[in-house]
Amino acid sequence: MLKTLRQIASIGIVTEAPPAADDSLRVRAALQEKIRTVLGRALCIRHVDAGSCNGCELEIHALNNPIYNLEGLGVRFVASPRHADLLLVTGPVSRHMEAALLSVYAATPDPKLVVALGDCGCTGGVFGENYASRGPVANVIPVDVAVPGCPPAPIRILEGILAAVSPAAGTAAAHARREPQA
Amino acid sequence: MPLAAWFARSQPQAGAPGLRALGVGAEEWRSVMRDVQRASGRLLALWASRDAQSDTVHALVLAGSQGLHITLALREPQASYPGIEDLFPAAARLQRALRDLSGVDAVDPDRRPWLRHACWPQGYRPLIDAPVPPPATAVVDQYEFVRVGGEGVHEIAVGPVHAGTIEPGHFRFSVVGEKVLRLEERLGYTHKGIEQHFARLPILTGHRLAARICGDSTVAYSWAYVQALEAMAAVEVPRRSTWLRALCLELERLANHLGDLGALGNDAGFAFGLSQFSRLKELLLRATQAALGSRYLMDVIVPGGTHCDLADPGAAQLAQCVRMLAAATAQLRTIYDEHEGLRDRFAGAGTVTPDLAARLGLIGLAGRASGQRFDVRVDLPCGPYPDLAPVTCARLEGDVAARVAVRFDEVQESCRLIHEILANLPGGMHRAAMAVPPAGATGIGLIEGWRGPVMLALQAGEAGAIHRCHPHDPSWQNWPVIEHAIIGNIVPDFPLINKSFNLAYSGHDL
Repeated sequence: MLKTLRQIASIGIVTEAPPAADDSLRVRAALQEKIRTVLGRALCIRHVDAGSCNGCELEIHALNNPIYNLEGLGVRFVASPRHADLLLVTGPVSRHMEAALLSVYAATPDPKLVVALGDCGCTGGVFGENYASRGPVANVIPVDVAVPGCPPAPIRILEGILAAVSPAAGTAAAHARREPQA
Repeated sequence: MPLAAWFARSQPQAGAPGLRALGVGAEEWRSVMRDVQRASGRLLALWASRDAQSDTVHALVLAGSQGLHITLALREPQASYPGIEDLFPAAARLQRALRDLSGVDAVDPDRRPWLRHACWPQGYRPLIDAPVPPPATAVVDQYEFVRVGGEGVHEIAVGPVHAGTIEPGHFRFSVVGEKVLRLEERLGYTHKGIEQHFARLPILTGHRLAARICGDSTVAYSWAYVQALEAMAAVEVPRRSTWLRALCLELERLANHLGDLGALGNDAGFAFGLSQFSRLKELLLRATQAALGSRYLMDVIVPGGTHCDLADPGAAQLAQCVRMLAAATAQLRTIYDEHEGLRDRFAGAGTVTPDLAARLGLIGLAGRASGQRFDVRVDLPCGPYPDLAPVTCARLEGDVAARVAVRFDEVQESCRLIHEILANLPGGMHRAAMAVPPAGATGIGLIEGWRGPVMLALQAGEAGAIHRCHPHDPSWQNWPVIEHAIIGNIVPDFPLINKSFNLAYSGHDL
């Protein structure tokens, strides 16, 4: 016990200052104001791996380490979509995960946000579309913010999550809303 | 007959050291497999290829410090071949997957699909038929789980979407009260057509897809790919690049082990472990990025060598970071070892005895925690591992505590190897010019990733194309063993037991 306490004291607080929101990652801005009114500064995220290689997941884990300390910003990961304000979706959407992703989306209360994470989530990445892959997340559910990278560094993910819930800067926001195809 | 007689008949196999190739007839398929099994050998991978209208079934088996690539050319297209799941239990799912993807059938009893859910029709063979667009609507199928009867037995269905940040899969528990009577896994949710996609890529760029088969093992997969490719093209890579590749592989092992050690503490209710180890992992990833330009070393290994060289300031920073990690991990180990609560949760949970591990073919890190002393870096080493003389870290208890202990030991061993590499890194080029392998050439890469041996078989097509590429993750061997490890344990211990194996979904589902 003494060793544990000594270790905690010797490391101290290692949390770094968070980045600013990156507005350029927004793909649509329609829900922004409403969401911000509802949420204030607290945000609950449900992560959905819709076919990822597990690379993005490693960087999502990193967000919870004491250096990025996501919970310190009022943002936390929750175990059920019913508790979530934002879905963080990784992977090209595999055909075998498509139904599950649609169920998760339907189970998330409105108003809700979707962040597509990683090159695969944004464009389909190296996998693209084929008999088993539906490609980008936006092919299956509407996407608000897209964070590219393979995998995106934790700081980029943080910029994207903050972009989803921060006020839009100037006119940088709106692009065409992507509707689900299925 | 003795295994040596089969080896005497074999031909050289391009790729990893210690591999030979052997073509057998349908009547010999089971005899050679039986002889491998009798010699305490193991089945690593099973796949099929279509070569000029005929199908060939391939297997890679490992025995001692040798491996054998066995091929069975089927006389008629889509003919069936003798099943071997009685000899190697791991073959059961491999045979089902082979049928799903290539349409070639083993005559074993389990007729259920494995990687194919309802999303492509039974008649469509992704690795033989022409590519098709996906159907327009999402489909959910009914999978026949084995039902457990009796008074008070009920089922708990978990997944494919899990409560934490982990990959998707389905677990069906049959329980009485808290006690697990049976677990049945269903995987394949992240299947994204990787093997079909390989056949559409130029062979000199396939390493980028290989690097994304399983993101936490990107180094192991890219190295396995280029190891096969370079042998097929008869390209000699500079010594410096093999040492840099080994540096990457050990950094990958270190990062994953640090992450797992933290997560295992957390799953046993000791959040202190997660914050300490996740901080150490982040410091390592930053030092890795500073030295080699990428946190997870994605695309650092390329055909002919490595994408970048290691410069002195980065190397010095890396050495310093690894020295700090070794000391900090040793300190945290004493805290873990002395923690009453952790000892209570770790010891005796999810036990796989050495005898069971041998019968089921448990492999890699989890295998070594159950007395299966096999490590490609020691038993079939490629350069520079013979110079580095890595030590196999093993235990006999086979429980969560043993898998934690093997990780702690391997962290220290990887730190030692990294220091060795940094101190003795040969000079010269880090990348050689690549050549396109001749059509029809085959190569097999075999690399000990942090989870276990990663294999990748490659066949060249015409004019720099890929004819067939089959990657194999050690998780294929180990997933079925978790179904045994959980029996008699309580449901709340499953996340801990599962984490102690930490198997791949994407690497398995392809």
